[in-house]
Amino acid sequence: MTKIKDFFKKHWIDMIVITVVIALLALLCASIYVQFNFEKKLNIFYKNFIDNEGYKEVLKGLGNTATIAVLGLIIGIVIGTFIAVIKVIPPYKRIVRYMQKAVSIYVAFFRGTPIVVQLLVGYFIIFPLLRMKIAPVDASVWIFGLNSGAYISEIMRGGINSVDKGQLEAARAVGMPFSTSMLKIVVPQAVKNILPTLGNEFIALIKETSVVGYVGAVDVTMAFQYLGSSSYEYMIPYLVMALIYIILVAGISLIVKIIERKLAKSERQ
Amino acid sequence: MKDSNKVIIETKQLTKKYGDLLVLDSIDEVIYEGEQVAIIGPSGSGKSTFLRCLNCMEDPTSGSIYFENVDIADTRVDINVHREHIGMVFQQFNLFNNKTVIENIMLAPVYVATKKLNKEKRINFFRKIANVFRKEKKPLIEITATKKSIIENARENAIALLQRIGLEDKADVYPSTLSGGQKQRVAIVRALAMNPKVMLFDEPTSALDPEMVGEVLDLMRDLAKDGMTMVIVTHEMGFAREVADRVLFMDGGVIAEQGTPEEIFKNPKNPRLQEFLSKVL
Repeated sequence: MTKIKDFFKKHWIDMIVITVVIALLALLCASIYVQFNFEKKLNIFYKNFIDNEGYKEVLKGLGNTATIAVLGLIIGIVIGTFIAVIKVIPPYKRIVRYMQKAVSIYVAFFRGTPIVVQLLVGYFIIFPLLRMKIAPVDASVWIFGLNSGAYISEIMRGGINSVDKGQLEAARAVGMPFSTSMLKIVVPQAVKNILPTLGNEFIALIKETSVVGYVGAVDVTMAFQYLGSSSYEYMIPYLVMALIYIILVAGISLIVKIIERKLAKSERQ
Repeated sequence: MKDSNKVIIETKQLTKKYGDLLVLDSIDEVIYEGEQVAIIGPSGSGKSTFLRCLNCMEDPTSGSIYFENVDIADTRVDINVHREHIGMVFQQFNLFNNKTVIENIMLAPVYVATKKLNKEKRINFFRKIANVFRKEKKPLIEITATKKSIIENARENAIALLQRIGLEDKADVYPSTLSGGQKQRVAIVRALAMNPKVMLFDEPTSALDPEMVGEVLDLMRDLAKDGMTMVIVTHEMGFAREVADRVLFMDGGVIAEQGTPEEIFKNPKNPRLQEFLSKVL
């Protein structure tokens, strides 16, 4: 008994705060339910989502979101690793210095402009200029890949710098060239160090894909916008949309954590 | 100058500067085949830098380094080909953390053999095309190795090396689980796996617990007995005295005195060497 009493004595303020918050939340829910005619809205959403086959559009949107995020991340990792390796080459040769200048301009451009601007410029100016007819989703994949490449290059550079210098030296000392040493020894260790950050980058990427509607690609956001605008009832579709994003992000966080633990184990055998 | 007078490494006017700081001051030195050279000296005397210049881990500011009569300080030379024949052992072991012990040992031999195989295949490919137009056909290179056989050979060799140091049961663990002495011994056999013509040791026992120094020195003694050419930067005076054919004393970026261990340790002539020995012995 004394334990419970102590607990109450210690945490009475928290208790009150939690109670008040719960009460307020309950009040809010109740008022929403009554004021916004929730039941009717649910019915409309249900009708649009199931009977009018709105779920098909959402599934398509989900597929597109996943495609853009996953392919964008893969392109981003390839570009980012390439840029990071260029940035850590000792700049003895002139060509290396020029390449480093070029990649800095690339990174400055993609980090200095909003992703929406890059999408618009890419889809409506660059691709037409290159005489390329490209679907909105494919264009988004490339632009998100280029964009995340710039961010990942900085992450990767940090990861490469975090690997002990002796690793590269030892690899060079047994006669492997710089590129092979990087690829086989340094980058794998760097990737392990930056895996949590890379997971965050992927989560950010998934959330950022919500703007691809600007160029006409149908992702989760656009799908729910269609769903809402077909009945002028936006509340439920948008709440469900938010929930879907939360579930996506939570799932990815979990996967990243599992991978991280597995990798940590492999070194502690 | 033990067995022969064949020169393995020769430095000419080797100079290294870090900014304005002169670390190596035009060193002329020769390493002969089969001899064990110990380099001693106070810290900051440039002995580690000198050693690291011998396989161009540090690019010299000026001067040349001849390894088997090729100037490897020349930037047009493919340094990687020559580094295959120069083993190096580091103070901090530098085993590859993302590879198991046996992968650590196999990595470089497999890489080099695969590179050679691919090169031969490439040459054969172009020869086949060229032979179509030639009257006198050029013979193709006979390729006996396959990727599989390369890996198998490397594995056999690696296991034999691990047995030599008594660590064959540790073949499939990651380096992070080994003790310092075990790591350094694996690092030494990793260098040996390439059949190097000369081994460079950069303070191999300085990062070790005192009780593990012995096992590493024993292995190095073994190598010396087998006639491996060794250049050893060390603070273990007893070891230098016992194993080395020749001792170099470096101070202020130059080789201040050199001679047999007897001469260096019994009758040091240079006053700096006398002072140094009085401190460390």
